[in-house]
Amino acid sequence: MDVLLTSTAEAFRLLFSGNPEIWEIVGISFRVSSMAILAAVPPALVIAFTLAYGSFPGRRFLISLFNTFLSVPAVVIGLTLFIILSRQGPMGDFKLLFTQTAMGLGQFFLCLPILVCMAHVSLQAADRAAWETARTLGANRLRAFFTVLYEIRFGLMAALLAGYGRIISEVGASMMLGGNIAHYTRNIPTAIALETSKGAFAEGIALGIVLLFLAFVLNSLLQYVQGKGSINP
Amino acid sequence: MFRKALLMAASLLVMGQASADASLLRLATTTSTANSGLMDLLLPKFTAETAIEVHLIAVGTGKALRLGREGDVDIVLVHARAAEDAFVDAGYGTDRADVMYNDFIIVGPETDPAGTAKSNTVAEVLQRIHASEKPFISRGDDSGTHKRELVLWQSASKSPDGSWYREVGQGMGKTLQIANEIDGYTMTDRGTWLAYESKLDIQLLFEGDPPLFNPYGIIAVNPERHPDVNYPGAIKLINWMTSPAAQKMIGEFKIKGQQLFVPSVGNAS
Repeated sequence: MDVLLTSTAEAFRLLFSGNPEIWEIVGISFRVSSMAILAAVPPALVIAFTLAYGSFPGRRFLISLFNTFLSVPAVVIGLTLFIILSRQGPMGDFKLLFTQTAMGLGQFFLCLPILVCMAHVSLQAADRAAWETARTLGANRLRAFFTVLYEIRFGLMAALLAGYGRIISEVGASMMLGGNIAHYTRNIPTAIALETSKGAFAEGIALGIVLLFLAFVLNSLLQYVQGKGSINP
Repeated sequence: MFRKALLMAASLLVMGQASADASLLRLATTTSTANSGLMDLLLPKFTAETAIEVHLIAVGTGKALRLGREGDVDIVLVHARAAEDAFVDAGYGTDRADVMYNDFIIVGPETDPAGTAKSNTVAEVLQRIHASEKPFISRGDDSGTHKRELVLWQSASKSPDGSWYREVGQGMGKTLQIANEIDGYTMTDRGTWLAYESKLDIQLLFEGDPPLFNPYGIIAVNPERHPDVNYPGAIKLINWMTSPAAQKMIGEFKIKGQQLFVPSVGNAS
């Protein structure tokens, strides 16, 4: 109990004394995860839309497949990409292993299934009439696509937050692909793992507090968005 | 065609990232060196002198050597002499140099139920633990520490098996915590021990036997196997680490007033 209290007190001191190293780690986390999710949104939307509105053989199979990907452990994605990006792997020439790009790629594949599945569910729940109406009123397919996306914007926002929440707190893939290099690929979760292994619990807790605070902000945002999307007057 | 498209996509991704850059050196080293803070002291000085930035990747010795073998790093700093020699003999690495050594110690419950503190050699310590069947926590992760522990069991002519011998597959810090929780024995490097000592109830029970000394070697990845590694940079780091100035810094590095590493150059037997 004593360790917990003193470590937490020390953690707050670290955070608010403007310790540059901690804030640098926080910055790297946000930059990499934001890039990853921004890159994942467009393909996820297209895939979800195709799954919901398309009719082609293997559609149901693909839906099951993406749902299955929801439960892939992060380290498995990490290991697969590690092998692909390693110099002896098929994409070894690009020298991507142990870079922020590699870390971002791992997070991209981690959040993609979440975005696809949640967007797909939203599309399924939405009225197909939005699409039909837009088309009848002369909108082209792209325009109609955006009309439908607007209809399900609250569901999409929730998908975005869920996806972001997963990748910003993920340690396994980031550790394998980024290598936890100081000032470069050390993000919040890998730094927590490192500080814990060094026995520096205060730093670990300080970073944990930042993550918790972020989770709180994300959830409040979600609450706010869903509040506006209420069906009550 | 597909490959070309991939290349274009990836070069877009990379965007300004240093690749095949002479000013960047990738060093894979063990968690014990990285966690002690020694590299945080040394590497900035090396960067200041040579303008070569070092990306430090801290993994177990087994993984570090594997990264070197695959050409994913330019240079490795590890502690597992037999594995290092095999690495060089197989042509994966070149220009190996001794940098420093530290030592392993045996820690365990204060009551010392196996009576290890009475031992004269580390072999005797292990024999006593084996005979008493008191819990012994092994890293079990193919790290340099784990490899050394297995060698020590072998030279004690005891095979560690039975429910008292527990392989946890974790880093040194976690292993110490587990040993602490279940009142077990374990072998640890001194650096991790110093970092954890104040948070643990288990005690240092045995130290100082030569088989417990732990030499660190630095090895450049062989440019003949991987032409695009930063070999000139690796050689610069090897020369710098074995230079009198760096060796002095290693010898003067202290945690809680205790010297952690003994420089190898000039001390070689």
